[in-house]
Amino acid sequence: MKAGILLFPGINRERDMAIAVTRSFGVAPRIVWHKETELSGLDLVIIPGGFSFGDYLRCGAMAAQSPVMRAVKDHAARGGYVLGVCNGFQILTESGLLPGALLRNAGLRFLSMDTMLKVERADTVFTSHYQTGQIFRAPMAHGDGNYTADDATLDRLEGEGLIAFRYADQNRNGSARDIAGIYSPNHRILGLMPHPEDLVDPLMGGEDGKPLFDSLAAA
Amino acid sequence: MKMVDAALAKSFGLNAEEYGKVLDIMGRVPSFTELGIFSVMWSEHCSYKSSRVWLKELPTKAPWVIHGPGENAGVIDIGEGLAAIFKMESHNHPSFIEPYQGAATGVGGILRDVFTMGARPIANLNALRFGDPALAVTKRVVDGVVRGIGGYGNCVGVPTVGGEVNFHPAYNGNPLVNAMTVGIARTDKIFLSAAAGIGNPVVYVGSRTGRDGIHGATMASAEFDADSDAKRPTVQVGDPFTEKLLIEACLELMATDAIIAIQDMGAAGLTSSSVEMAGKGGVGIELNLDHCPQRETGMTAYEMMLSESQERMLMVLRPDRQDLARRIFEKWELDFAVIGHLTNTGHIVVRHHGQVEADIPLDPLAELAPSYRRPFLEPTPPAPLGETPDPIGIEAALLKLIACPDLCSRAWITDQYDSTVGGQTVKRPGAADAAVVRIEGHRLALALTTDCTPRYCAADPYEGGAQAVAEAWRNLTAVGARPLAVTDNLNFGNPEKPEIMGQFVAAIRGMAEACRALDFPVVSGNVSLYNETEGTAILPTPAIGALGVLEDASTALGIALAPGDTLVLLGATRGHLGQSLWLREIAGQEAGPPPPVDLAAERRNGDFVRGLIQRGGINACHDLSDGGLLVAVTEMLLAGGTGASLAAPPETIAPHAYWFGEDQARYLIATPNPATVLRDAQAAGLPAAVIGRAEPNGLTLPGGVTISLEALRDAHTRFFPAWMAA
Repeated sequence: MKAGILLFPGINRERDMAIAVTRSFGVAPRIVWHKETELSGLDLVIIPGGFSFGDYLRCGAMAAQSPVMRAVKDHAARGGYVLGVCNGFQILTESGLLPGALLRNAGLRFLSMDTMLKVERADTVFTSHYQTGQIFRAPMAHGDGNYTADDATLDRLEGEGLIAFRYADQNRNGSARDIAGIYSPNHRILGLMPHPEDLVDPLMGGEDGKPLFDSLAAA
Repeated sequence: MKMVDAALAKSFGLNAEEYGKVLDIMGRVPSFTELGIFSVMWSEHCSYKSSRVWLKELPTKAPWVIHGPGENAGVIDIGEGLAAIFKMESHNHPSFIEPYQGAATGVGGILRDVFTMGARPIANLNALRFGDPALAVTKRVVDGVVRGIGGYGNCVGVPTVGGEVNFHPAYNGNPLVNAMTVGIARTDKIFLSAAAGIGNPVVYVGSRTGRDGIHGATMASAEFDADSDAKRPTVQVGDPFTEKLLIEACLELMATDAIIAIQDMGAAGLTSSSVEMAGKGGVGIELNLDHCPQRETGMTAYEMMLSESQERMLMVLRPDRQDLARRIFEKWELDFAVIGHLTNTGHIVVRHHGQVEADIPLDPLAELAPSYRRPFLEPTPPAPLGETPDPIGIEAALLKLIACPDLCSRAWITDQYDSTVGGQTVKRPGAADAAVVRIEGHRLALALTTDCTPRYCAADPYEGGAQAVAEAWRNLTAVGARPLAVTDNLNFGNPEKPEIMGQFVAAIRGMAEACRALDFPVVSGNVSLYNETEGTAILPTPAIGALGVLEDASTALGIALAPGDTLVLLGATRGHLGQSLWLREIAGQEAGPPPPVDLAAERRNGDFVRGLIQRGGINACHDLSDGGLLVAVTEMLLAGGTGASLAAPPETIAPHAYWFGEDQARYLIATPNPATVLRDAQAAGLPAAVIGRAEPNGLTLPGGVTISLEALRDAHTRFFPAWMAA
């Protein structure tokens, strides 16, 4: 699988993501500047975390209008894989590739700590190296991770098996139904708030996030 | 425009004698803009006029020091062709007036000091002092400062990995916000600020100039009074998104050979950056402010020269690389403007709308800058501490101490700082005595800490200065690092008062003595004076930021006690209660001398501990500081999620003095092989004793009382969330 990491001005976890991808894939990802419009040759497009365009409008709203996002939509329409983490998740909801929205954390404070995530299903390209029901640790670092959608959408996400991860220890940001990450209907687009890419090395406290990248590498 | 005279000069912060020097240098009455330039360059903040003669007493050299004080930040060689570049700087005055922006721009400013030298910032730390938590204003300031540090650091994507927080009523009107940044560069790609090449273009990049922060450096050089709120317009507003772009654009340009000199626009903005670059290079500089990017209309030369708008840099470029540089900054959507050139006149000349607004000879501006050896009073030695019987017992004292604002868990604060971005954070806040951050692509890691115990400094500035250095050195040692160098942030009151100046002189001498004994040179720093509100000074607070290196990041130790470990106490315990937190929190006294610092013992014990860690077989290490032995044990239990049972203290020391005394040069080691440690310690002539071992169920005190881990954790974590919710 050939991976590319999108770089918008203000993104700041692209290096972390590149380390995690390189570790599992054995090759470094391509870095794609936000003004590029060509993603051909990439199987997986990753939108990392940060504060794209400062997040001075709604988080991710400016980046969703960037030229490269038209190419991401084409890539998704062709059945390509997309992973959005943190600001990347926000950009995916802002661009309509995933439903719902990320609001300010319920406590109105930035939250930076480890959280526990429950794997809802282990039969997707992102989770094949986890077990269904497995609980793993992931750092989170966000001010706007409070997932929300109308009840009909939430019911549909649950009914169609589109919940990827739920907070398993404590729902600190107030997300509806403890949702930490969701899939597109074809399970080829994943958006999640916590950062598995920051826990892929025992030296940094563990490898809990590594199976996600190993899953993708094996696909 | 006002007439320029001695009265106007006084309102700009220049005294009569200083204004006289201005007249001598200029040979005429200066223009309004010229007076503004003199006043900020000669402010305490920019000129260090009260501190310069004393800073010379600090040791600044070692074989691994590449650049000591005098550059934007200190630079040390950490091996493998890499340099660590770091500095700490205060943003105290702005943070009281406007806590969020004051703290945020403090972080932004220190980041620029580091990346302007070619380093990618890899870690932020801070040292914070606040007033009495019982006051509503303290809560507002803490909340704003923490949000500001997080708001800026999280957005620029530099992990905030460490810091310290104290509370004391002496900071009620004058909180301290000291921010530290550490960056990494190749030793052959370090950028300096000395301009060179007559005719070379002077280029402005970054944010546009607005009217914010005008005369900020002068404000930072004065005491506060009841009108401080009126100074809010002198506080700058930060934009971390632009800073992030500036970091990436500068580092991209620095990978080329385009830059001859570069300097961030910090305090005193365009004035200090242009004056310092030209002055250090021994050239003249001519600026045409018509080309200066401006955020507001109708700005005068005076306003542009004194603005402290954030996220701006000044560079001298190779003329043949100007287009290349412009393309990089345009890619990152940052302003790029040629606003002048270097000259051979030795003057700074500022033009605006076809008029010469300023024309000042640079040499005398620097050489005749005021420098004062102010009168000072030697501090009075503290009276000995009288009898201090134990009023409440060990268990109750422990539960009270670990819950007090100075010792309780900092998780409420650190949970608001992104500490993992970058993917290199080996030891996060609270996990170890120092933060540990690996260098991407290397086994090397840096150990980082900030330390100072202001109540010790108030009681005895000399011992307090030495203790701050020694504690920083210990914290680096406790993770297994080799301590290399120090950055300092000297926060004091009004230097025109002999007793304050006496504190300053004694603290510097104590620091210098400790730095010499520990081979721990000071390579950068900042002085913040006039930290007084309505005549009341802060506690003397010489905050130390320190850096050490671990050749192999995987050898870094934390403080977590594990099942099977035995606790060994290294170093001499005498039960010193003077100025201890037990004395303040339990006995209600701030009295007596602080614990004496025996630098020979510090050196011997620390070198021994580092050797032990390097040989392996040690699972955790924690230095003993605030709160003493029992607080340190408790912190190790809570970090490890395991209990311990403790042996009885020796009969020669009262139990409360044994458990809560703050004797220096001590470490607690957790090891499965205590016999080996004891044998090695004896061979090295170190006091060492087994004081307890890990047990599954809670903390069992000698005599059999057991406190559950839940009770300890509840006491330790209660304060901040409850305070903020109240």
